[in-house]
Amino acid sequence: MRRNGAAAIAFNLVFSLFMLGPIIVVIGVAFTPEGFLEFPPSGISLRWFRAILDNPEFITAAWISLKLGVAAASVATVLAVPAALAIGRGRFAGRDALQALFLSPLMVPTVVLGIAFLRFLSLLGLNGTFTGLMLCHAIIITPFILRLVLASVAGLDRSVEMAAISLGARPLTVFRRVTLPAILPGVIGGWMLAFITSFDELTVTVFIVNPSTTTLPVRLFSHITQTTDPLVASVSAVAILFTVVLMVLVDRLYGLDRLLIGEGKR
Amino acid sequence: MSARATRAWLLSTPALILFAVLLLVPLLMTFLLSFNSFDFYGGIGSDLSLANYAEVLGDSYFYEIFGRTFLIALITTLICAAIGVPQAYILYRMSPLWRSITVLIVIGPLLISVVVRTLGWAILLGNKGVINTALIDIGLIERPIRMMYTSGGIVLALVHVMVPFMILAVWAALQRQDPAVESAAESLGARPATIFFRIVLPQAIPGVLSGSLIVFSLSASAFATPAILGGRRVKVVATTVYDEFLNTLNWPLGAAIAMLLLASVLVVMLSWNRLVERRFGEVFQ
Amino acid sequence: MAFLELHSLTKRFGAITAVEDLTFSVERGSFVSLLGPSGCGKTTTLQMVAGFETPTDGRIVLDGRDLSGVPARERGLGIVFQTYALFAHMTVAENVAFGLEMRKVAKAERTRRIADALDLVHLSHLEDRYPRSMSGGQRQRVALARALVIEPQLLLLDEPLSNLDAKLREEMQLELRRIQREAGVTTLMVTHDQSEALAMSDSIVVMDRGRLRQDATPFDVYEMPQSSFVSRFLGKSNNLAARLGESGPDGAALHCGNVVLHGPKADLPPGPVEIALRPERIALTGPDGGKLRGTVAERVFMGNQWLLRVETEIGDMLVMRYNTGRREADIGETVGLDWNPADIRILPAETNPA
Repeated sequence: MRRNGAAAIAFNLVFSLFMLGPIIVVIGVAFTPEGFLEFPPSGISLRWFRAILDNPEFITAAWISLKLGVAAASVATVLAVPAALAIGRGRFAGRDALQALFLSPLMVPTVVLGIAFLRFLSLLGLNGTFTGLMLCHAIIITPFILRLVLASVAGLDRSVEMAAISLGARPLTVFRRVTLPAILPGVIGGWMLAFITSFDELTVTVFIVNPSTTTLPVRLFSHITQTTDPLVASVSAVAILFTVVLMVLVDRLYGLDRLLIGEGKR
Repeated sequence: MSARATRAWLLSTPALILFAVLLLVPLLMTFLLSFNSFDFYGGIGSDLSLANYAEVLGDSYFYEIFGRTFLIALITTLICAAIGVPQAYILYRMSPLWRSITVLIVIGPLLISVVVRTLGWAILLGNKGVINTALIDIGLIERPIRMMYTSGGIVLALVHVMVPFMILAVWAALQRQDPAVESAAESLGARPATIFFRIVLPQAIPGVLSGSLIVFSLSASAFATPAILGGRRVKVVATTVYDEFLNTLNWPLGAAIAMLLLASVLVVMLSWNRLVERRFGEVFQ
Repeated sequence: MAFLELHSLTKRFGAITAVEDLTFSVERGSFVSLLGPSGCGKTTTLQMVAGFETPTDGRIVLDGRDLSGVPARERGLGIVFQTYALFAHMTVAENVAFGLEMRKVAKAERTRRIADALDLVHLSHLEDRYPRSMSGGQRQRVALARALVIEPQLLLLDEPLSNLDAKLREEMQLELRRIQREAGVTTLMVTHDQSEALAMSDSIVVMDRGRLRQDATPFDVYEMPQSSFVSRFLGKSNNLAARLGESGPDGAALHCGNVVLHGPKADLPPGPVEIALRPERIALTGPDGGKLRGTVAERVFMGNQWLLRVETEIGDMLVMRYNTGRREADIGETVGLDWNPADIRILPAETNPA
């Protein structure tokens, strides 16, 4: 294949700058010694990173987001894997409807989902509870897991399972010893994408949290809309660092491109 | 029902229960809520009427908000396509090493919270922000250009948020093409530009169309970016719904606005799909 | 009673009949091939024997036991799949161990049997490798060892050689037969490759469009085809429409257009028939000799042999000549074709040409 020319490389450079610009700015501002947002910072100071420790509500929020992401991604994975196995293997009556339903959270505007969850949970008196939050997140992130696991199931050679059956394996053994290991990359990739999505989710969450279950994105959002001190930048910088570490990890384990395109390339 | 169908439904049951109880029921309840009346002292009434819809559809204020929202979404989509297609092609032609680095740079931000990315834009776009300061320092302008609290600022930040989706969609379409077709075109005497416009672009079109659909629908319902960069001054539908629910507390009116957003997004998506199928159905199975 | 018997086996998928009224049997210890073009129902038959498809009608009896209602995992058959279907996340030894684990074979015996199985397929040195790092031929052997280690009553091979390149395929034909003999396991192989079936089997069951066409030894299937389909599917053949006259004591008269040929005595009533003559049974003579005169229209050199297309007044004839190092008739040359009348096969005329 022909490689990119000089113009293409220049385009790529400008575009990369555009993509990284806002992120670099946030990280830069986090190091300011001043009490206001300035870029480039007039000096290097860890003042606003230390300030995080004086604002435990951010640490609490990060902790809630972490627990929420792990719980929601795990619940959604447990539900989505069997569904993907059902949907991914041949036709049956109602298959398309099921698939459309499980992918529908991608179609409905998130703000609509947010108020629907708010209305439902508040009627049940569950609004703001961790369980309610977790189940709502599970719904939002199920499509991501479903798509990746479906791609894995599509790449599965049915005769491998037949081989196991012919060797005397029972259905559960076939699943545990043969099917699951074969689709595991998709399951892990799906879990990670789901975790990150849940960890970053704002629009739905902002409707259904209460002060005791406020997540990190909601905490940051309300802080940004009220005041503009570099504290939000330092918290964001930590969050960016966390995401980057996670991203590199995912890329090594599964391939970021595969994760995001959502189909098996190999 | 066949044994296979029974098994398939059984496997889907746990997820089906969650989705039925926690997605279908709430959406239905919200739909009903949009017909309820509201009174600042009595709260939500139990009667059903079209009053909320009449209020929204009879007020030019809401027309302005809906019009702005869809205009922002449309322009964002166009810009994303204009940037995303060449960038996806560049990505497609990169060597594996550069590609994995570029994927991290270009698509990685997708995994960073929208709130954080929008904060970056707020710092860049303010009257005393990075861009204005720099432009004044090099003497290009004398007074800062207003970019915060404008639709233009929102579009800029939305492009930043949405363009990875377009790149991914186009890139996926490009990967489906036979890598030899470009060499074939070249062997027949085509120049690089001709190859791009006559060979590559037509094959990327399905990706552009599906990418546009994603970008448009996400932009039309975006919340964080317009909320932070537009504030109270430049309201879009999502932020209006938020205000009705969490500030004004007029849930029925908020629900009616949300239902109109849902309906219009669905109409756009479905008609877009039909258009694409009619126009390209034969070429792209 | 034969070891494996299929009685009137039928499989319908909705309106499509994949296998119709199929009856044949496999003797203990023998190697039988199910041969036919793709879509002939041979794979469906294998799937029914394996227990992955339920017959619409008919019975499968293995060693006196009716297999109806016996689930696939309890049939105890060894299967080698077309894709090999190896467990990619397990080593060679773990792949082979799987069936023994399912049978709860004790550790010590398991180790011994795995070693024996890998020894049989000459893979002992690779037991800790993963399938993805192995060649096609090696994977094939792993699949075979995995199927044989459970000491199956019956070994099923589904197009086992189709994923190998031509040279390796020939080696594996011999190797597979050696392994099958050493293990002494009754084997049923599905294949679309006639040369594979001829080379490996004790007996060939030819199928076409869901039906059995012939069930005989490789030699008989090739030499005594009972239908136009079988004669054309196995090897090359010159098939011509003819009209059968009255049979005399020294054979039958066959009218091909304006030419009268002599063939062996036929059991068919006089009327339209099809005659088949193998290209390797035709000799070239001088232009004035032989039974038929023709012009060489095409000539292909294949190393050990020549293949010629000769245009004659009754149609094109393929002629195969061994390469003996001498010059062969050139394109455009007029030649005479000669053969032994006993080499002509007289077949019932095909009622619905495929």
